[in-house]
Amino acid sequence: MPVFIGLLAAMGAVFFLLPLAGLVVRTPWADALAELAAPETLEALRLSLVASFSATALALLMGVPLAWVYARIEFPGRSLLRALTTLPMVLPPVVGGIALLLAFGRRGLVGGWLDSSFGITLPFTTAGAVMAETFVAMPFLVLTVEAGLRTMDRRYEEAARTLGAGRWTVFSRVTMPLIAPSLVAGAVLCWARALGEFGATITFAGNFPGVTQTMPLAVYLLLETNPEASFVLSLVLLCVSVGVLAGLRHRWLGSV
Amino acid sequence: MTRTAALIASAFLAAACGSSVAAPSQGSPQPLSGNLSVFAAASLTDSFKALGHSFHQQYPGVTFQFNFAGTPTLVTQIEQGARADVFASADTANMDRVKADGMAAGTPRVFARNRLEIAVAPGNPKGIHELKDLGRSDVIYIAAGPTVPAGKYAAQALAKAGVAVTPKSLETDVKSVLSKIELGEADGGIVYTTDIKAAGAKVLGVAIPDQTNVVATYPIVTLKASPSFAQAEAFIAFTTSSQGQATLESFGFLPA
Repeated sequence: MPVFIGLLAAMGAVFFLLPLAGLVVRTPWADALAELAAPETLEALRLSLVASFSATALALLMGVPLAWVYARIEFPGRSLLRALTTLPMVLPPVVGGIALLLAFGRRGLVGGWLDSSFGITLPFTTAGAVMAETFVAMPFLVLTVEAGLRTMDRRYEEAARTLGAGRWTVFSRVTMPLIAPSLVAGAVLCWARALGEFGATITFAGNFPGVTQTMPLAVYLLLETNPEASFVLSLVLLCVSVGVLAGLRHRWLGSV
Repeated sequence: MTRTAALIASAFLAAACGSSVAAPSQGSPQPLSGNLSVFAAASLTDSFKALGHSFHQQYPGVTFQFNFAGTPTLVTQIEQGARADVFASADTANMDRVKADGMAAGTPRVFARNRLEIAVAPGNPKGIHELKDLGRSDVIYIAAGPTVPAGKYAAQALAKAGVAVTPKSLETDVKSVLSKIELGEADGGIVYTTDIKAAGAKVLGVAIPDQTNVVATYPIVTLKASPSFAQAEAFIAFTTSSQGQATLESFGFLPA
């Protein structure tokens, strides 16, 4: 191996490892439990769990059918629609938040009507935070499930059909179990992305403890008032990410 | 005129002491050069850009790099080692934090004051005429966070008026309170007189009477880590000069 390649590779690895080391070293371990048990931290933790699981449920509800349509149905403009619905993966989340405001805010395309007809306003509510997280995280589920649907062996579906199973039975009893690994992986990815969502949430849903202040928002704001608590919360989010990576390692990293 | 003379004199003196500063050219008051990094409270956005512009006209060698954000965000950035020459705070508490950290060079000087007003949508559709109206159940009230000066002052004004209201969101700085009102997502917020003036026709200001109003105090200081002490001091002197004060007053600030 040429020396300079090894050197650059080492720099690359160190570049990723140093910030993680910084977080672990600077975390006040002695006070970690006390910081975690502080009411404001618990509040953010609770809200983050509620919002990220709700977002994942919403993503499953709408994203699995969407993935199925993308994988199985030919229609004009499919690739364009597919590209547009997965755009949030690369869109800056703040832009997503502004776009959500312009659609679902009180003067938004749909939000104005929701407000005047039903008195529903989404900004500054937990529902708004869930929407922001769903918007940013759902594409991860859609793409993973779609890949699963495309690579599965469709002969099982055909066999079930010839044996007299209806479309719904085939979908729920054959297709879904066959793509279960993709479903789980997609849901976990989606959940992790929802849990980490910051930009779209603070822009669209605002920031209030217990209502819209999720963990990433709390981490950001605590850095100004109580840096130690923000280090501890960061470490919690880091551990979650490591857990997700470990859980999905066979999928991404082979059997390393 | 004496102030200007003093400013020029101090600038020459500084130029004579500092080796990095360009030598004065025959008689013209242009001994200063370099880039000044100014960290200023979000409410100073427009006025400081104007001040920087006029200062640059007098000292073409000096260019500016402004960083506007909520005051506690700026303090955190300074504490974490951001390169800043001048810090302008929207309250004394955050300035005290910088002093306590030992990062201020010299004594902070108050260069401006500001009053509070209620910001509402143009035409005042919700009929908000006094602080008490912000507590109405049909009004969405938002505020800057409790560590942001604007948020703290707003809470003080509400307490003086005996109004108990929980904001729907705690925004990171006063400008984002204003933008949520401009967008129509919130009905009312307490901001500075200068913010209302800067927003023009996009929001309407409702005056708060003297007995419940709070006057914000803006101190400014050169930071110890600054490599451009002379330039920083000259700019600070400029903000309190008659020309600087006139500029600030044109943006709605009260004299220091």
